[in-house]
Amino acid sequence: MICKKILTYAGYKNIIQLSAYAANVEDIMRIAIPVDEKNIKGNVCVSFGRAPYFMFYDTEKDKSDFINNSAANSQGGAGIKAAQIIVDNNADVLITPRCGDNAAEVLKAAYITIYKTKNNLIEDNLKNFKEEKLSLLTEIHEGFHGHGVK
Amino acid sequence: MKQLLILSGKGGTGKTTVAGAFIKLSNVKAYADCDIDAPNLHLIMEQGSKPENSDYYGLNKAVIDKNKCIKCNLCYENCRFDAINNCDGYEANIYDCEGCGVCEALCPSSAISLVPYKAGDMTLYRGYKVFSTAELKMGSGNSGMLVTEVKKKMRLASDADFSIIDGSPGIGCPVIASISGVSMVLIVAEPSLSGISDMKRIIETAERFNTKIAVCVNKYDTNTENNEKIKKFCKNNNIKFVGEIPFDKKAVEAVNNGLTIVDIDCAAGDAVRKVYKETIKILSN
Amino acid sequence: MKIAVLSGKGGTGKTFISVNLTYVAENSNYIDCDVEEPNGHLYFKPEIVKREKVYAKIPMVDKDRCSGCRRCVEFCKFNALAYIKDNVFVFEDICHSCGGCMLLCPENAITESDKDIGEISEGVFNNSTIYTGILNTGEETGVSIIKKLLNNIGDEHYTFIDCPPGSSCSVMESVKNADYCILVAEPTLFGVHNFNMVYKLVKLFDIPFGAVLNKCLAGENPAEKFCIENNIKILCKIPFENELGKLNSNAEIASQIKEKYHSLFSSLLKSIEQEVMNETAIDIKR
Repeated sequence: MICKKILTYAGYKNIIQLSAYAANVEDIMRIAIPVDEKNIKGNVCVSFGRAPYFMFYDTEKDKSDFINNSAANSQGGAGIKAAQIIVDNNADVLITPRCGDNAAEVLKAAYITIYKTKNNLIEDNLKNFKEEKLSLLTEIHEGFHGHGVK
Repeated sequence: MKQLLILSGKGGTGKTTVAGAFIKLSNVKAYADCDIDAPNLHLIMEQGSKPENSDYYGLNKAVIDKNKCIKCNLCYENCRFDAINNCDGYEANIYDCEGCGVCEALCPSSAISLVPYKAGDMTLYRGYKVFSTAELKMGSGNSGMLVTEVKKKMRLASDADFSIIDGSPGIGCPVIASISGVSMVLIVAEPSLSGISDMKRIIETAERFNTKIAVCVNKYDTNTENNEKIKKFCKNNNIKFVGEIPFDKKAVEAVNNGLTIVDIDCAAGDAVRKVYKETIKILSN
Repeated sequence: MKIAVLSGKGGTGKTFISVNLTYVAENSNYIDCDVEEPNGHLYFKPEIVKREKVYAKIPMVDKDRCSGCRRCVEFCKFNALAYIKDNVFVFEDICHSCGGCMLLCPENAITESDKDIGEISEGVFNNSTIYTGILNTGEETGVSIIKKLLNNIGDEHYTFIDCPPGSSCSVMESVKNADYCILVAEPTLFGVHNFNMVYKLVKLFDIPFGAVLNKCLAGENPAEKFCIENNIKILCKIPFENELGKLNSNAEIASQIKEKYHSLFSSLLKSIEQEVMNETAIDIKR
């Protein structure tokens, strides 16, 4: 199990490097962020898997739309389900304060790059991202393995 | 928040006794009892505030509407958890049901639905300190999720930079959930062959997580030979040994009076102070 | 005759009592249902005659047959499946092995593979058969191992079931088909509190039971008080003795080493036999 995790992480790092090289922030991007309310002036949610909503921001149109996170009430595997939602909504990038290992595996397989938030304001994080001030999320935490919570 | 989790592998080694003492010595602002199967910490910690109780809902459970049931037996044949009783009409056993939904999906007459089921009671004390605990209803599975919920409540102590968690015995679901995200695990071992065997398995479990691990021995003088075996094992495996606590009848008296071992004057109390000091050194580094 | 030994709180003496009862009873069986931390085998050091691995079924998706309908992903209540870039991903550590995805796949693209989660061993000690179950570290639950351990155990002789601590699903699984339960209590506040939880459990299952008070010290015994207040039959009181503690900590079978402990457990066995006969008589009357 430990070996598997190292491989996953190492594999993930390589993918990040590739996509970081390929992804120019001036490219058209669809950015996903877990949020507390359906308002771009609001806060980023401290959890990914159980965030109440996800915001998808389109860099070309400078527009955002919000959806409810149906994974939030899951008994377990919320991170996986939430990651599936991000994939299904065609995001290129996820900006989040944290992410579990199972969710990270889903996102990696879909070539979605994960960045770490700087503060908890949505608008600030979008600005930081455009100015290339955000770093990649490298601490993927041990998932809650089916017992997840924020 | 730095979190210290107290585990043991084997039951009855003294996790709660040590946890209670540590909580008193550190004057920590947030602590939790994650031994939700058999919570005991509340018995020795005085609560300065009123309890806030809430229900914990685990997985939904299957319920069969006998009026719609056509007795095709599909549910019984396909339930992997032997949760369908078919002797007197068809009924789902709430203790065995895991809420997988197979019966609901297969039922040709829509006689089965999954309904919310209360699996436990959560209690939160929010005064100067935050104390989170819960009790799982007997026979429940999904204990891991409740453990995570109990830990989560400690975040309400916004000014706490350190918290202590009293864990559960074993190596399964609730233990794995409790280890997730903690900064350090202190294992309270006992000097018996059973205790040593169990200690090794809990160490093996904890090592899968990126957390500091240390061992202390409780009731060490009940078998000094085994105590030395434990110390040797720790040395050979690069595991920090943070001290030993003697068997002390006064400790039993303290606990029976709802006190921690540092609330009274006793040998166990003196020893646990040293263990505490060593543990904090490791946690702070 | 299946006798389950449980306590709620850990460390009260379940293994100590079930091991010693197995020793004094003729041709008995011992089953260690504490599959997370089994200890009975340390006392018996049985000669192993059989080993069997225990597996959990994990779904495997045949990519060629998969149409991408995602019915499996939508169905899984545990969110153990994800569909990314035309591939179904299975998260083994979350999967509960319910078989639902396999049953519901319209293309029959899902089969199951076996994941090793633990082992059962059968061994011999004197004239007793010793069954041990052990869960691999990192696995979440040993309920399926307990089920396997308790399968096909005959009723001709005494079977002592050493239960896990607590009162959760593992304990329920260990206890549910028992004919009689021994509730072990230690004389502490913690012990009584947890004793109460298993007391409720055996009443719920309507299994006859009696209490053994272990590690008794002089002075007030809160466990004894609880039993008296609730009319619970006290089968035996075992005193706290350094000597006994030492033997036990070295995984030695006390009734094998010292005559006085052999007598103690023989008496306990007789009391249990008496209780079970009384219960059977009551049942017949009913």
